[in-house]
Amino acid sequence: MSDWTWVVPLPVVIPLFAAGLTLALWRRPRVQPVVSVSALVLVLLSSVTLLVLADDGPLVVDVGGWAAPVGINLVADRLSALMLSVSSAVTLCVLLYSLAQGRDDDEESAPVSIYHPTFLVLSAGVANAFLSGDLFNIYVGFEILLAASFVLITLGGTRDRIRAGTIYIVVALLSSVLFLVALAAVYATTGTVNLAQLALRLPEIDPGTRLTLQVLLLLAFAVKAAIFPLSAWLPDSYPTAPAPVTAVFAGLLTKVGVYAIIRTQTLLFPDGRLDDVLMWAALATMVIGILGAVAQDDIKRLLSFTLVSHIGFMLFGIALSSQAGWAAAIYYVAHHITVQTALFLVVGLVERVGGSTSLTRLGGLAKIAPVLAILFFVPAMNLGGIPPLSGFLGKLGLLQAGVDAGTPLAYVLVVGSVVTSLLTLYALVKAWNKAFWQSPQDEPRPVSMPFGMVGPTAALIVVGLVLTFAAGPLYAYTERAASSLTLRTTYVWAVLPDGERGEGESADVSEDEAGEHDEPAGGQAGDPAGAPAGGPADEAGDDA
Amino acid sequence: MIDMAPNITLVVAIGVLFAAGVYLVLERSLSRVLIGVILLGNGANLLFLVAGGRAGRPPIVGLADERRMSDPLPQAMVLTAIVITLGMTAFLLAMAYRSWQLQRHDEVQDDVEDRRIARLAAIDERATADADTEATRQSLDEEAEEARDEVDDGLVREGRPEGNQHDEAQQGDEHGDEPGDEEVTP
Repeated sequence: MSDWTWVVPLPVVIPLFAAGLTLALWRRPRVQPVVSVSALVLVLLSSVTLLVLADDGPLVVDVGGWAAPVGINLVADRLSALMLSVSSAVTLCVLLYSLAQGRDDDEESAPVSIYHPTFLVLSAGVANAFLSGDLFNIYVGFEILLAASFVLITLGGTRDRIRAGTIYIVVALLSSVLFLVALAAVYATTGTVNLAQLALRLPEIDPGTRLTLQVLLLLAFAVKAAIFPLSAWLPDSYPTAPAPVTAVFAGLLTKVGVYAIIRTQTLLFPDGRLDDVLMWAALATMVIGILGAVAQDDIKRLLSFTLVSHIGFMLFGIALSSQAGWAAAIYYVAHHITVQTALFLVVGLVERVGGSTSLTRLGGLAKIAPVLAILFFVPAMNLGGIPPLSGFLGKLGLLQAGVDAGTPLAYVLVVGSVVTSLLTLYALVKAWNKAFWQSPQDEPRPVSMPFGMVGPTAALIVVGLVLTFAAGPLYAYTERAASSLTLRTTYVWAVLPDGERGEGESADVSEDEAGEHDEPAGGQAGDPAGAPAGGPADEAGDDA
Repeated sequence: MIDMAPNITLVVAIGVLFAAGVYLVLERSLSRVLIGVILLGNGANLLFLVAGGRAGRPPIVGLADERRMSDPLPQAMVLTAIVITLGMTAFLLAMAYRSWQLQRHDEVQDDVEDRRIARLAAIDERATADADTEATRQSLDEEAEEARDEVDDGLVREGRPEGNQHDEAQQGDEHGDEPGDEEVTP
C-alpha cells in the first residue's frame, strides 16, 4: 500500500502545475481548455484512487521527505478522500459547463484567459485544505483558494461584482486574520501545528486554554462555512458572480469550512464541550437561513440562502458528537456539494433562457424549455429531502442520530430540521412554479441551450442520483469514516508511527529538534498561566 | 527550557495594532478598510513572534548553543503569512482603485436587493397593520425602507432626498454632484 502514497499529493500538484501552464498559454485560448480539463480529469482519477485506497487506512506523505511534526504532511484518510472525490467531480462538471458558456456567449460571463489558471488554483487550494495534516497548511490551503476566489468573484470588474466582491473579500480577510491568531495561540500553547501531534498534546494542557483555542478555531471556520450569525456575507456576495463561479463557490468553499470544523472537532477537541453552542448555532443557521430564502425574489439569492440554511444540517450532525451524527454529516456534505452546485448551474441556464433571475419576471419556461424544468425539479426535490433522493437519506440519518442522542436539545434540533426541510420545499416549489408555470411578463426570446451546458449539469444531477442509488455502500463508507474519526488513533498513528516522528528522513538533526520541540508543551502543561494573549505578563528577560 | 513569558512591549504593540485595525475595518471607505486589514495582519504576525518564545540566537545548527536559539518555526510561518497578506493587500488595493474608476469613490455600498426586500415587507406591513389602534411608530421594516445609503446614487429609489445626514459628508457629497456620476449609473 505504501507504494501508492505518491498519489496523495497529485490533487494539489497537478492543478497547480496546470495553472502555470495555462497562464503561460494565455495567448492560446484553444489550448487552455484542453490543459485544464485534462488536469481536472487526472485529479478526479487520483481522488477516486485515494477514495479506494484510503478505505484500508490513511495514506500519509511527508512532503519533501521531512519527518512529520517538523515537516508538512499530507494525509488522505476516508473523510478527506471522500470530500476530495466529490469536490473534484463537481469542479470538473463546472469547468465543462463554463467552457460551453464561454463558447456560446460573448458577454462578460465568458471566461477570459485568466479564468483557467485561477480555476485550477482554486481546485488546488481546495485539495490542499482537504489533504493537509497540518493546521498551518490548512491555512495556506484556505488562502490559495481564497486568492483564486477573489479573482473569480470580481471577474470582469463590473460595478456590481466589485461591490459584492468587496464584502466577500473583506470578510474573508478578517476570517483569515482570526485563523492566524488562532494558529499563533495554538503554537504558543502546544509548540506544534501538526494535527496528529496536536491530538496528542492538547489533552495535556489546561482545559480553559483548550477551550479558548477551540473557540478561536471554530470562529475562524464558522465565517468560512457561513454559520449564523457569521453568514450574512454569503447571500450578499455570491449571486452577482457568473453562474459557474457561484456554483463552484456554493459547492466547495463553505464545505471546506465545514470539513475543517469536522476535522478539528473530531481530532483535536473530542470532548465536545461546545456541542450545545454548536447545536444552537445549527438551529439558528437552519431556521434563519431558510426564512431568508422564503422572502427572496431573486432565484440566485434564494439558493444562496438555502445554502446557508443547509450548512446548519451539517453542523447539527457534527454537534451530535456521535458516530452516527458524524456519518450523517459527512454524507450530507457529499450530497449537498453536488445538489447545490447542480442547482446553481441550472439557474445559470434559467437565466440564459429566461433572461432574468427575478421570479416576478420569469415565467412560462416549462413550455419553452421542458428539459430545464426537469433539470431544476430533480435537484430541488433532492435539496428539499423528498424520498428516495439522497437529501432524504442524509436528513433521515441526521434525524436518527438526533433521536438516538435523546437530549431535549437534540429533539429541538430534530424538529427544527424537519421544519427547515418543509420550508426549503416550499421555497423551491414556489420558485419552480413561478419560473416555469406563471405566465411570462415579456415575450420570451428563443435561446438555444447548448449541449455543452446542459450536459455537465445533467451529469452533476446524475452524480446526485448516484449518491442515492449507491447510498448503501456510500453510507457504509461514511460510517467507517466516522468510526475512524471517533477512534482518532488511526489518524495519529498513521502520521506518527512511534508517537514522536513521521516516516520522513530528517537525519541527524532529528534528535536535537525533537527535544527542543517537546519543551514548550512541557512548559505550558505545567504552567498554563503563561498562555499567550492572556494579558501582559511580566517582561521577558533581556534578549540573549 | 524555553522562556515563554511574553515581552510586554510586543503585547502592547499587538493590542494597539488590533484596536486600530478593528476601528479602521469598520469604516466604509475601502482604502481605510485596507489599512485596517494591514494593521490586523501585522498584529497577528507579532502574535506569532510572541508565540515563538523568547528571542535568541539565529537558529543555525553549529553557530550557537541550541538552548539559546530562537524557535525558527513561527518565523517561517510569519514569513508565509506576510507574503500572503502582501498579495491580498495588493488585490484589495486594485479593487479600491477599480471602484474609484467606476464610481469616483471607494465606499462599500449597501445591498440594493436587501432593501428591495425590506420595502416589500414594509408594504405588507402597511396592508395588515390596524391603523386605528397602532401608534404611528415606525416598524423596523419601514425604518429599513427609509434608511438610505449615502453612496446609493439613486439606484434604488428615484431622486436623491435632500437631507443627507451622513458622517462622512465630504466624499459622498462631492461625488454625488459630479456630472460624470450619472453616466455610470445604469
